[in-house]
Amino acid sequence: MTATGPATVPVTAALALGDDALVLSHRLGEWAGHAPVLEEEVALANIALDLLGQARVLLSLAGDEDELAYLREERAFRNLQLVEQPNGDFAHTIARQLYFSTYQQLLYAELAAGTGPFAPLAAKAVKEVAYHRDHAELWTLRLGDGTETSHERMRLACDALWRFTGEMFQPVEGLDAGLPALEARWLESVTDVLGRAGLTVPEGPRTGAWSAGAGRQGLHTEPFGRMLAEMQHLHRSHPGASW
Amino acid sequence: MAIAAAQRTARTPADGAPDTVDTAAYQHAFDTAVAADERIEPRDWMPDAYRATLVRQIAQHAHSEIIGMQPEANWITRAPSLRRKAILMAKVQDEAGHGLYLYSAAETLGTSRDELLDKLHAGRQKYSSIFNYPTLTWADVGAIGWLVDGAAITNQVPLCRCSYGPYARAMVRICKEESFHQRQGYELLLALSKGTPEQHAMAQDAVNRWWWPSLMMFGPPDDESQHSAQSMEWKIKRHSNDELRRRFVDICVPQAESLGLTLPDPELRWNEEQGHHDFGPIDWTEFQEVLKGNGPCNEQRITQRRRAHDEGAWVREAAAAYAAKHTGDTGETGATRA
Repeated sequence: MTATGPATVPVTAALALGDDALVLSHRLGEWAGHAPVLEEEVALANIALDLLGQARVLLSLAGDEDELAYLREERAFRNLQLVEQPNGDFAHTIARQLYFSTYQQLLYAELAAGTGPFAPLAAKAVKEVAYHRDHAELWTLRLGDGTETSHERMRLACDALWRFTGEMFQPVEGLDAGLPALEARWLESVTDVLGRAGLTVPEGPRTGAWSAGAGRQGLHTEPFGRMLAEMQHLHRSHPGASW
Repeated sequence: MAIAAAQRTARTPADGAPDTVDTAAYQHAFDTAVAADERIEPRDWMPDAYRATLVRQIAQHAHSEIIGMQPEANWITRAPSLRRKAILMAKVQDEAGHGLYLYSAAETLGTSRDELLDKLHAGRQKYSSIFNYPTLTWADVGAIGWLVDGAAITNQVPLCRCSYGPYARAMVRICKEESFHQRQGYELLLALSKGTPEQHAMAQDAVNRWWWPSLMMFGPPDDESQHSAQSMEWKIKRHSNDELRRRFVDICVPQAESLGLTLPDPELRWNEEQGHHDFGPIDWTEFQEVLKGNGPCNEQRITQRRRAHDEGAWVREAAAAYAAKHTGDTGETGATRA
């Protein structure tokens, strides 16, 4: 990090990646006490903690982590719309995780191999993310190839979230990654997992007028405002206090 | 080990029912092992009542861990800084992990996790009543760490020497993590106590509400405790309820002073003669009411637990169906839909 120094950190990219991790961590944290089986209480919390750790490093590259997390308005957040989607049932949570972790693993592997400002974080995070993706893959297989009910739920979840997946490959200022190539590998990987789970790749569009770069530009979906209201309420109620 | 030796010399007949002579030999070997502070292990013979007591206690402890996740998870999404959020999520995750160790310890006694969860959901097994109180403010997270985890540690450290091996070993690991949680709770309250007047008031209010329920965590007074005497004889339990309660009060008083907070008991004072603090009377009517199901959150806690279990049934069924289709398959090499 010393070679580059904070002045050279691309703030927009740090916020984009940091907000993805922060928001998805928050959503996963909502599962605490509600998971379908005790092992998943541990696993979902573990993924949430890894993501929160990544978010803290990334947001600190861009400024003060708590000011950024708690005092920005909705329109200033740069996360993907995918990660802010409500948990839904366990199948939705898993589909969201499969889509996101596959993207994050490919992206961080590329960043880790480079010499840019995100290389040190990405090198550490990519190991965590590989586990997140494995976890999502195994559950996609279990649900897709489990019972009729689970197959149907998993199919609906994959379909519902499909339209949020194109945004991941929109260019982000300061993010030095070959996004078109990443997209091709993402599609290949997701297609492979869905196929092995006995699921078909959803047919709808992955991007469109409603979502092209939307979260990255600060345009979010309705549930996100409520999520932030809950997350920020206590911090904002005590201006200037330390915790 | 004495019991294993007794089993080698006096084996249970193939039809299962040991004759009286053998039972007496087993009982003698068991008593000798307990008296010598040896550990009883899962394959050792043990009296039925000892096994039943352990299952009851370990199950109650496991249930307390998973129900105990609820009042704290209540604040994960509102934690006021990212550092505090990470600490709280890790803590709630530890509790799920403790639940896992403890259900596993119960399994060594021949009782499955599913069976115990069914009993919890049906209201036939209990969890610690302390979790039937609500977490109303952020400071409650600190008060739970400092007082509730503090009381739990006071109760649980002696269990690391419990006569039943798997439970004792699970407790060693749990106590290490609990003492970490206790320090984190103390540190959270300290930050509030030294913070703004509003934060200080929030901390004091939380301590006021959690102090008495924490003292109740040690169970009824010794002369009314149903299971204590036998458990002490079996070395499942090492100290009486009142003894542990007094020890806890002695630990908390100086800590409250360092926190700059008061404990809500006008009768609390040092007794030079006894070498302990005297404290005011505990409202055992409240304790009994909460135990009976009339606490502020009994209904809410068990409803959430049942709902999570019921709503997760299709996920567990899918995992079982998948495993059945792929026996001997790691699940990573591909699913062939039957």
